[in-house]
Amino acid sequence: MRRAGLSALLSHWRRQPLQLLTLVLGLALATGLWSAVQAINGQARLSYADAAEQLGAGRLAHLTAPTGSIPLARYVELRRAGWKLSPVLEGKLQLGDTVFRLLGVDSLSYPVPPRPVSDSVSARPGDILTGPGRLFLNPDSAAGLDGATVPAPVIATRDLPVGVALTDISVAERLLERTGELSRLLVLPDQALGIAPLAVLAPDLVLTEPDGEAEISRLTDSFHLNLTAFGLLSFAVGLFIVHGTVGLAFQQRRAMFRSLRALGMPLAVLTQLLLIELVLLALFAGTLGLIIGYAIAAALLPDVAASLRGLYGASVAGSLTLRPAWIASGLAIALLGALIAGAQGLWHLHRLPILQAPGLQSWRLGSAARDRAQAMTGIGLIAAGILAQWLAQGLLAGFALLAGLMLGAALLLPPVLGQLLARVGTRTRAPVAQWVWADLRSHMPGLSLALMALLLALATNLGVGTMVSSFRLTFTGWLDQRLASELYVTARSDTEGEAISQWLIPRSEAVLPLRNAEIRLAGLPGRLYGVVDHATYRDHWPLIRAVPDVWDRLHNERSVLINEQLARRAKLWPGDDITLREGWNAKIVGVYSDFGNPNPQAIVSLPALLDLFPAIPNRQFGVRVAPERVAGLAEELSVAFDLPASAIVDQSTIKARSLAVFEKTFVVTGALNILTLGVASFAILTSLLTLWSLRLPQLAPVWALGLTRRRLARLEILRSIALTAMTACLALPLGLVLAWVLLAIINVEAFGWRLPMYLFPLDWARLALLALLAGAVAAIIPARRLRSTPPADLLRVFSNER
Amino acid sequence: MNVRICTLLLILLGGAARAQGFAGLGTDAEDFAVPRRDVALEFPADYGPHPAFRIEWWYLTSTLSGDDGRDYGIQWTLFRSALAPQEAEGWQSPQLWMGHAAITSETSHLFDERIARGGIGQAGVTAAPFSAWIDDWEMTGQPDTGLSELRLAARGKDFRYDLQLRADGPMVLHGEGGFSTKSKDGRASYYYSQPAYAVTGILHLPQGSVRVTGQGWLDREWSSQPLAEDQSGWDWFSLSFDSGARMMGARVRDGGAGYTLATWIAPDGSSRVVPDGALALEPTETSVVEGRNVPTTWRVTLPDRQLDVTVTALNPQSWMGTSFPYWEGPVSVTGSHTGRGYLEMTGYD
Repeated sequence: MRRAGLSALLSHWRRQPLQLLTLVLGLALATGLWSAVQAINGQARLSYADAAEQLGAGRLAHLTAPTGSIPLARYVELRRAGWKLSPVLEGKLQLGDTVFRLLGVDSLSYPVPPRPVSDSVSARPGDILTGPGRLFLNPDSAAGLDGATVPAPVIATRDLPVGVALTDISVAERLLERTGELSRLLVLPDQALGIAPLAVLAPDLVLTEPDGEAEISRLTDSFHLNLTAFGLLSFAVGLFIVHGTVGLAFQQRRAMFRSLRALGMPLAVLTQLLLIELVLLALFAGTLGLIIGYAIAAALLPDVAASLRGLYGASVAGSLTLRPAWIASGLAIALLGALIAGAQGLWHLHRLPILQAPGLQSWRLGSAARDRAQAMTGIGLIAAGILAQWLAQGLLAGFALLAGLMLGAALLLPPVLGQLLARVGTRTRAPVAQWVWADLRSHMPGLSLALMALLLALATNLGVGTMVSSFRLTFTGWLDQRLASELYVTARSDTEGEAISQWLIPRSEAVLPLRNAEIRLAGLPGRLYGVVDHATYRDHWPLIRAVPDVWDRLHNERSVLINEQLARRAKLWPGDDITLREGWNAKIVGVYSDFGNPNPQAIVSLPALLDLFPAIPNRQFGVRVAPERVAGLAEELSVAFDLPASAIVDQSTIKARSLAVFEKTFVVTGALNILTLGVASFAILTSLLTLWSLRLPQLAPVWALGLTRRRLARLEILRSIALTAMTACLALPLGLVLAWVLLAIINVEAFGWRLPMYLFPLDWARLALLALLAGAVAAIIPARRLRSTPPADLLRVFSNER
Repeated sequence: MNVRICTLLLILLGGAARAQGFAGLGTDAEDFAVPRRDVALEFPADYGPHPAFRIEWWYLTSTLSGDDGRDYGIQWTLFRSALAPQEAEGWQSPQLWMGHAAITSETSHLFDERIARGGIGQAGVTAAPFSAWIDDWEMTGQPDTGLSELRLAARGKDFRYDLQLRADGPMVLHGEGGFSTKSKDGRASYYYSQPAYAVTGILHLPQGSVRVTGQGWLDREWSSQPLAEDQSGWDWFSLSFDSGARMMGARVRDGGAGYTLATWIAPDGSSRVVPDGALALEPTETSVVEGRNVPTTWRVTLPDRQLDVTVTALNPQSWMGTSFPYWEGPVSVTGSHTGRGYLEMTGYD
């Protein structure tokens, strides 16, 4: 009986292939977008874990020197005192077009040696420790080298993140020309019995305990939260589609259910069969969704990786690994989605009296009580969101506000539209028009889910679009201020730096040394810069708050400028004090905007920096020179000092590079945006299709009164466009509120900077047009069907006893 | 002899090619120096390292009695292994160093390992005044006393020892004036010992400190290719009899009867070399150690000297689970002669 019952149930889908398609596609799209975001986030986390492992930051404490470099003799002293330590020398290594973070490790003591992927290049101890040595790289990095000259044979390993190269310290000190220097000492586990404490042996070195969580993952959390929010939104929009379709399928099979029950099938069995059907569909659609999700993730991952690298310096492998947990969670969410969508139908079925007539639910006019309840819930949600933001700070509260606003507004949409339609309806006099408005109102309950999805998609699009454009405008202006020097030069050593500086002074308007040191600012790792007194800074530096005569005070008093991130995070503003080193306090005289940098930063005068850190390198310079002389001077400089091309960068190149990073970031957001809008359009289509089969009985009388099928079809399209247009109008204010929340709240929490909001009406118009188009396209299929409906079908409506 | 372990097989680094013989000791000598019969040893220079040779060790074992009435054994070893036959400055040095230290009692065997690179000062050996060290482990002499007075110290996660050693007799050159043959086809090493130290000091164990006294035996050996390709490991004994006589005896195992070598040391310190085939070593009992069968009781006979003894491990589980795993521990001697000593067994994979 079960088999016969199941085949009877499934036969419905054979007769309604389009319905099956929408159900499967809706569920697949929802699962796909959600899974794509999960895959991207998962891959990134995996890469962070690798990175933390390799940098020893994950599990081991490490020693560093405030001066930046630990002499080799110091390491040997501590070893001879019994401490098991593993030295690391770190620097930058250019291979081809890529700059790698080079880790030089003592291969004999390094706790997490990378494992080669294959044996194709010999990696015996002798090969690693002597001669040219070996260079370990992630397979993706290795593939990207593309014939560039490498200093040592490359061995591919998955234990290293992209952008990191590892080699023996004997090789690294030659490549980096830093013989006898060490960057840090990892404190190995299982120290021997009874050795003197490090605090006594090495009071000059700083011991950093391992963070409970890798620094980088804390920084990037906000980025991933953003993606997750998008994933959830897409999933919700997808569920709207599924809910509609599943509901319809239940509705249309009521006659069948009645027959099956009448033939003796117990209710429990019928419910089971429907559940099995739902699960089968969910698994099928879920699998399809996983394929879609994988494809989307694979397509977006390179851009995500590029923006994470650009924004946070976090390396993420560019290729996707398929993880079983990801597959399981994808299928689970598809199942969950299908069950949520089918719950209502199953519930109704369960309560269905055995012999109830298989009639259609009458389309109620929107009940006033129901509308009111929904409106109240919507207002309540918005209020809750605002309250959350007001009571709690932080990114999560920001997202709570967003969620409250969006969901609340979505719930408010049907009542508001209902009111609007009622108002318009009372103003019209023409009978056909009156019928159209009344008909529209009567369909609000059936369409409301789809319209809510559209509202969310449009508002998101608008909000995110406004944020991206505002950001681009602000950022470009900021780059112009910040990158005031025409040419940026990097020397290979301090002596060369000095020589270059002397050479440049008579040939340029100004040579500005760019010197900095690593420092902890308000307890967080950051950088301290020292600047000379020059008009370049006075005229251009992008200060967002400052005391009067800020530059005079910076150079004449013990004072400091800090970046916006530090100011907001530590709540430090001009007038406050900050400790740069024990006993070295400075007054904050200004705060500057510093986009694209997740870490705290501060600026003091160059003499103050040298007072704090006497031995910092002097290898980077900004050069002021007339724009027309830039190319010539770069050429001369390169020849005079035999500098590699990468050592001299002009302003426009840096600007282009910086902008590219942000473009990459927004490519991802943009793509998810468009996909969401696509899903929402699809939701309208499915809703209209669903309604279509139910509408025949209502259209037949109008047709009988003399309206042609052609006219009815045209009205059908117009109806869809009108609804979309009204939704779009309501989406505009919601989108702007969303943009404001993103710029003024989410951005500050996630990145540490606040952006001014700019308005882009042309973009709105384009989006509105797109929405109308989507509405029209969605109505075309039902309209075409209407046009080609044989009059006999319409007539049959009257002959059928309903 | 005591062809002990050598070469740091840095399995840790992965991808290491399967070396020939135990611990790569059968690998071709290539550019490295090889021992020559006509070169006499010179002191104090030969207390120090020989970077032109592939492998070398400073190997001290000691059988001790504690003031708690228990027997103990300690090991302190520094291995040098060269990737190339020269020394260089700093990290560029191709000389690698490995230290092993252990304390063995009837019921416990504590050990630790240290690995370092030459050139930076983390590990090394100087000939005069003598000092051998890796990290804070050391075997250090006094100025102008060569190897006759030493301080020996090492520590691991759960043990520490600090011992004073004073030589009671002359050094012994094995083989032909220190040229010690290891195979029928003439592979050899330079090999000498100081077999007669009186030892005092203190052991720090998890359960507390113990004052100890006893005897110590130092082996110095270096070579570039001491084993033939078909030789898979060895069983090596250093025995000190209550009569005052001592014996170094070993067999290098191959597919057949193996190659034996031994030196008989009279109570006055004079020594006689025992030719291949004269010493008989026969396992009489095995123990399961770390999942493998290892002989822990031996019958050792040397008819020339009317020696017929049973050698029994103090602790059958004296397994050195280091980068190169092997068995090394104190033994007791019963039979025609009585006494104590050390046993080392390699290549029981």
